[in-house]
Amino acid sequence: MTPNSPSEKRLDELREEAWKEGVVAGKGVDVAGGPIPRKPGYYGQAVVKPPVWTWEVPFYFFFGGMAGMSAVIATGASIFHHLDLARTAMWIASIAGAILSPILLIMDLGRPRLFLNMLRVFKHRSAMSMGAWILTAFGACAVPGLIALELNAHQIFPGTLDQLLRVAAGIFICGAAIFGTLLATYTGVLIGATAIPAWFLHRTQLPIHFGTAGLGCAAALLELLGHRIAALNFLGFYAAGVETALLIWLSVDKHGAADRAIHEHRSGWLIRIGEVLNGPLALILRFFGLVPLAAISFLIGALVSRFGWIAVGRVSGSDPEAVFAAERY
Amino acid sequence: MAVWCARFFESNLGLRFTRCDQNDSTRLGRPCGRAGGGDGLERKDQQSMIGEGIQSTNQRKHSYVRDNVEVGFFTDPTVCIGCKACEVACKEWNQVPDDGYVWLGNSYDNTGHLGASTWRHVMFLEQDRAKGNQIAGPMGLLNPQSDLSAVASAEAEDPFRWVFLSDVCKHCEEAGCLEACPTGSIVRTEVGSVLVQDDVCNGCGYCVVSCPFGVIDRRPQPLPDAGGAFKCTFCYDRQKSGLVPACAKVCPTESIVFGRLDDLRARGADRVRQLQQSGYNDAQLYDPTETTVRGIHAFFLILGEPEAYGLPPKPQIPTIYLKSAWTSAFATAIASIIATLLAFAFFS
Ligand code: SF4
Ligand code: SF4
Ligand code: SF4
Repeated sequence: MTPNSPSEKRLDELREEAWKEGVVAGKGVDVAGGPIPRKPGYYGQAVVKPPVWTWEVPFYFFFGGMAGMSAVIATGASIFHHLDLARTAMWIASIAGAILSPILLIMDLGRPRLFLNMLRVFKHRSAMSMGAWILTAFGACAVPGLIALELNAHQIFPGTLDQLLRVAAGIFICGAAIFGTLLATYTGVLIGATAIPAWFLHRTQLPIHFGTAGLGCAAALLELLGHRIAALNFLGFYAAGVETALLIWLSVDKHGAADRAIHEHRSGWLIRIGEVLNGPLALILRFFGLVPLAAISFLIGALVSRFGWIAVGRVSGSDPEAVFAAERY
Repeated sequence: MAVWCARFFESNLGLRFTRCDQNDSTRLGRPCGRAGGGDGLERKDQQSMIGEGIQSTNQRKHSYVRDNVEVGFFTDPTVCIGCKACEVACKEWNQVPDDGYVWLGNSYDNTGHLGASTWRHVMFLEQDRAKGNQIAGPMGLLNPQSDLSAVASAEAEDPFRWVFLSDVCKHCEEAGCLEACPTGSIVRTEVGSVLVQDDVCNGCGYCVVSCPFGVIDRRPQPLPDAGGAFKCTFCYDRQKSGLVPACAKVCPTESIVFGRLDDLRARGADRVRQLQQSGYNDAQLYDPTETTVRGIHAFFLILGEPEAYGLPPKPQIPTIYLKSAWTSAFATAIASIIATLLAFAFFS
């Protein structure tokens, strides 16, 4: 048989089709010793299950991180007497953390009406359980904190009651800040402590990325809302700097086939675009004093990279070779 | 005679003819619960090997649930004939919905992988290796006329084996799904199996990414009971009534053996030894006891590498990653607070 004969050509076509489609329409073609390159594992089937989460989860990560870190900024602002800034920050914390986040989290459930079952148990070994409790505690601090702060700011009550309100606002805002930092960072633990190779191999980077992106988002949004002060600008520099460092860390700390979802495919591009937007680009823009542009770039980058991380999970979880490679590590 | 027949079927086939007056049968048309005949199985009977028919642990009533005995499955591909009766029995007994009629063409396997609506999955492996002392040769040489020396010389040319293995939830000793579940829906039963309580599960999907074997999954719309996470129940309802799990019950070759875990482990080791003596050099048990999963209750005998079966070679329970991840989270939290306080202290 010459290489150009029709049957050889047909074989090449079949090979092509097999690689592209995963199956060949002709029956009984994929046999041992047959012409089709064998797929890794069991017919290329996924070894672990890719996440079932949809768009709600990246948005939840985004708003949760922003809300949590807003409470931290609110604490700093109230300690250093930026009352207006503290009020705006607490509004962001309450709307994003106590309204949007729970709604997104509930929407993502397969059975939203059973949401409260999350609060049946407290399991410190389950990041999802811890997250549900952190979100609850955050909401329970942020909303009263905001109310007390607003009542105090408008001087609704006279004298001692006002003093009491101030103390209460302080306590609640501090509480919100503590739970807020956890709300912004636990999401990294959530996806870091799973069986998905590209996620668990980066379990150290993920909380840093999510937490710092949350801080940067909170600062960026406050700046866009008109609070152009040096402290927020510093936080913008800090967050973009850390994200730039993470981008470098991520491109150096490669694990071959095990985490190729981060460096290849569309998921890799999402991560890269997101990280460039909220890392180097935000940094450069801020350096040249283009604060609003830097803020917008950071916000978009943070959102895109969250979608990127979920996409990475989906690609990595469906890739049997990634699982094998990660376990042989 | 009729009474004897009824007793015979009742105890050996798990059918019930007597009226049931307990009300713990949950769904229509199922045998109602009563822990089996009162006597746990005698250890003596457990020593015998596969293929012992009605004597085997697959065909008897038992009281493992009441006696809190750890049970398991030992699945042996060397006797499996790929009939898929286990898949069918599981679907029927557990009323698992039809999740589509897909043509995958992976040998004779069109099931694909375990999932929310597939709790038993028979794999069909086609490998370029000899099966035991199998005499292999190009097809067509093996006709009655061909003399054996011709076959033997062709042996090295074309070894081929077809392996069938019935895959199932491993019921891990340290189960990722159970640890991850934030609702407490997933529990460990008296017999050591891992059970999802469907009425508690709110479908958060965290167990899905926490199972190192990719077993449990969330059932998509528009299937019945969609939104919840599902997997093999180890036929907990049957076991409570002293019955053997449906898949083991129907398996015509006893490729799926159900019984006490310690007995099965001994039996599995015996079987590996026996197979290796008869030329199956790559026979081994797949039971990751040395990883953080610390062993599985539904373990397998496999020929060749676990990777070929889509089984992870070194599965780890994801909770081992918690420590480093939380450390990093706390460090980030503290760094963020310090950065914020510094920002306000120096720039205002
Ligand atoms: S195999 Fe997966 S679903 Fe089954 S018990 Fe283990 S972790 Fe849970
Ligand atoms: S999907 Fe259901 S079973 Fe799985 S972790 Fe969530 S609540 Fe538990
Ligand atoms: S034990 Fe029951 S639920 Fe599990 S695979 Fe067998 S038949 Fe299905």
